[in-house]
Amino acid sequence: MKNVKLISLMSISVVMLLLFGCGKKDVSNVVEGNAAEQAYVAPGEYDEFYAFMSGGYSGQITAYGLPSGRLLKEIPVFSKYPENGYGYSEETKGFFKTSYGHVPWDDSHHIELSQTDGEFDGRWLFVNGNNTPRIARVDLKTFETVEILEIPDVAGLHCAPFITENSEYLVSGTRFSVPIPQKDVSISTYKENFSGLINYVSVDQESGEMDLAFQIEMPGFNYDLARNGKGKSHGWSFLTTYNSEQAYTLLEVNASQKDKDLLAIVNWKKAEEYLKAGKGKERTTSYYHNLMDEGSGIVESKEMTKTTILDPKDCPDMVYFIPVPKSPHGCDVDPTGEYIVGNGKLSADMSIYSFDKIMAAIEAKDFAGEIDGIQIINYESGLHGILKKPGLGPLHTEFDGKGNAYTTFFISSEVVKWDVQKLEVLDRQSTFYSPGHLVIPGGETRKPYGKYLVAMNKITKDRYLPTGPELAHSAQLFDISGDKMKLILDFPTKGEPHYAQSIPASKIQPNSKKFFPIEENEHPHAAKGEGQAKVIRDGNIVRVYMTTIRSHLAPDNIEGIKMGDTVYFHVTNLEQDWDVPHGFAVQGANNAELLIMPGQTRTLKWVPNRVGVLAYYCTDFCSALHQEMSGYVRVSPANSDVKLMWGLNNENQDEETLREMLKQQGK
Amino acid sequence: MLISVILLIGVFLFPLWQITLEAAQFPGGLRLNIWINKFSGDEGGGDIIANINILNHYIGMQKIEPDAIPELKYFPYVIYAMMGLGLIVAFVNKAWSYLTWFIIMSILGVLGVYDFYLWMYDYGHNLDPTAPIKVPGMTYMPPLLGEKDLLNFYVKSYPRLGTIFLTISILLSFLSFWIRRKFKAS
Repeated sequence: MKNVKLISLMSISVVMLLLFGCGKKDVSNVVEGNAAEQAYVAPGEYDEFYAFMSGGYSGQITAYGLPSGRLLKEIPVFSKYPENGYGYSEETKGFFKTSYGHVPWDDSHHIELSQTDGEFDGRWLFVNGNNTPRIARVDLKTFETVEILEIPDVAGLHCAPFITENSEYLVSGTRFSVPIPQKDVSISTYKENFSGLINYVSVDQESGEMDLAFQIEMPGFNYDLARNGKGKSHGWSFLTTYNSEQAYTLLEVNASQKDKDLLAIVNWKKAEEYLKAGKGKERTTSYYHNLMDEGSGIVESKEMTKTTILDPKDCPDMVYFIPVPKSPHGCDVDPTGEYIVGNGKLSADMSIYSFDKIMAAIEAKDFAGEIDGIQIINYESGLHGILKKPGLGPLHTEFDGKGNAYTTFFISSEVVKWDVQKLEVLDRQSTFYSPGHLVIPGGETRKPYGKYLVAMNKITKDRYLPTGPELAHSAQLFDISGDKMKLILDFPTKGEPHYAQSIPASKIQPNSKKFFPIEENEHPHAAKGEGQAKVIRDGNIVRVYMTTIRSHLAPDNIEGIKMGDTVYFHVTNLEQDWDVPHGFAVQGANNAELLIMPGQTRTLKWVPNRVGVLAYYCTDFCSALHQEMSGYVRVSPANSDVKLMWGLNNENQDEETLREMLKQQGK
Repeated sequence: MLISVILLIGVFLFPLWQITLEAAQFPGGLRLNIWINKFSGDEGGGDIIANINILNHYIGMQKIEPDAIPELKYFPYVIYAMMGLGLIVAFVNKAWSYLTWFIIMSILGVLGVYDFYLWMYDYGHNLDPTAPIKVPGMTYMPPLLGEKDLLNFYVKSYPRLGTIFLTISILLSFLSFWIRRKFKAS
């Protein structure tokens, strides 16, 4: 056995050497005639598709246009973003609240766009935080993160947040099994003490708001990736597992011993019935739900303390297993909902299952065993067939809606096109180098747009001009409209994109918001007109209600701030036109600057640390007189008697005048 | 003649005039529609008056405040009155009555355009001398009819459907007068 392993490892290294040893592999032969024309989007023209890529260790998301490969926006999600103050402003700080405290970074992996009837609808985007288990929601009207929900009692939320065909649920599983609830035990008691959870987060169809509906307690394996059924298999989830060996050390060897691991199959409609019948057990735990209020733009963080657990032992026919060869990774369901592709990373072949056969096997009780009350379906009974020797290291599969599947092979560094029904390889193209995920617009839905395919590679090496030891990851765009895949573009990406999803621009473009109507701004500290600009002291707290409009800040002179004060700059952008953001920056701020969209209010906390007169200014070149858009704030010693005064254009006001004015208004 | 009255309803349904400001930063242009009783911009384009005021403050033009323009309030009543008068005229059904309506309406129309010109003159010539940008000659006035370069903007000013309806209405009243007279003569 050991020898076999050694030989296979050696052959892999030989393959790797071959790949990287021969440099660019005659790219000139790979790129054909009018490739440039196909990826060319003329100046002023728009791309046909949006592609949303996860950022991996950047914790963010990037939006690209296809086929041009233009970077349109980086959307901050799980990591602080000083560029616009995300996570630094008082409004957005709350996004990082977790049961572990303030966690301002994460590792984002899988993008899931909301669906209606198994098709992308362009409402929301969901993405997982792999490290501190979380799921975030981005509103595609504004391309802003609006919600982050923590998932309790799991570790490494890699297997997330896979969506059902009407966006009923986001399904996720724990990558690392852990003691539940957490306790101080020896790691070697893994088998007795560690278990996994599969989580179902419901999505409100009006607001998009997420809620942890229930969790299913599972054996202590590693849950890796998942997909939900569609069409006839709607109501079922499929999750790959590895480490059914239940190893807890040197996993690369000890979790690769068994011939087969398991695919978990969950009947979530059944789970809903059990939940309704009161079969769930409530458990006390702690996790945070952070939701941005639409009117004020302020994130409210709420600690949740209850979760409902369903145990397969008490809920027969809710969960099944079926064996999958050698440490599977990707698990993908074809557009008809009939075929489920299980990719064994270390297997030379790929196993393709049939939903109908799995159902028949369950009906016939064609089981080969049981783990913790979960029946194991006979491997052969659920199998549609085996794709023989398609490549090395199969990872992920997407579909073109014409009966073809496209699978990435990490080790042999290629994308392989194959016929799902006939199980025949049709074409293979190299990628540069070692692809992880791939994406076809709509490629995991019931309605793929089988025009383009993007392979997102893990290794870059010599693809672009060198940038020292750290390189951008590379992506390759293929035209897949013909019989053979055709490489048409190569472009660098931000962070480390894992999964991406791509959607026709026509589903998002018409709804894209241009600005926030100021009359809908419900921020408690908004100044909705220059007349409302003011400075108010409450003990050591000073609140500056500031407005921005081309090309001045109001007030632009502030005096009477003292050492020991905490100043909140509540900056409202009064503009009501598209693409007129204003920035706000104060010298020496220990947090960040702000970028405020028209109609929005954002708050920067500032604790002055020296006496003097400090400048503040707009950081966005907003207008011809942008350089003039600045102001001064005077900081006096703690014991000084400088009166609190503010003004614009030498029309200064003080607190007494303000109180008088407010009194008059009250009358 | 009744058609003349009905056509006057068009004045409330469509803008009378449109001023388009074209510049590199405004793809498709900034459009200000002038109605009998209000201003409007493009659908979803925000408050057009606020946006134009922001631009105009650089040259020291006073703010356009719809509430401060009384014409927007009483012009609709003038139109209502003319519609009422039109009905009476149609009822009387005499050549002189049509001619009277035609003359009154024509004078009102010319006065309306002159009033519009006066407002533009007022805005275009009362520029604040302390403004960041000093316009040569201290005048910045869009054309009443036609196109003109104004600093970075290329400005177009043309009548819209409302005015066209109004004009046809006036012409029809003259036609009524002419037919009535001819009919009587024959």
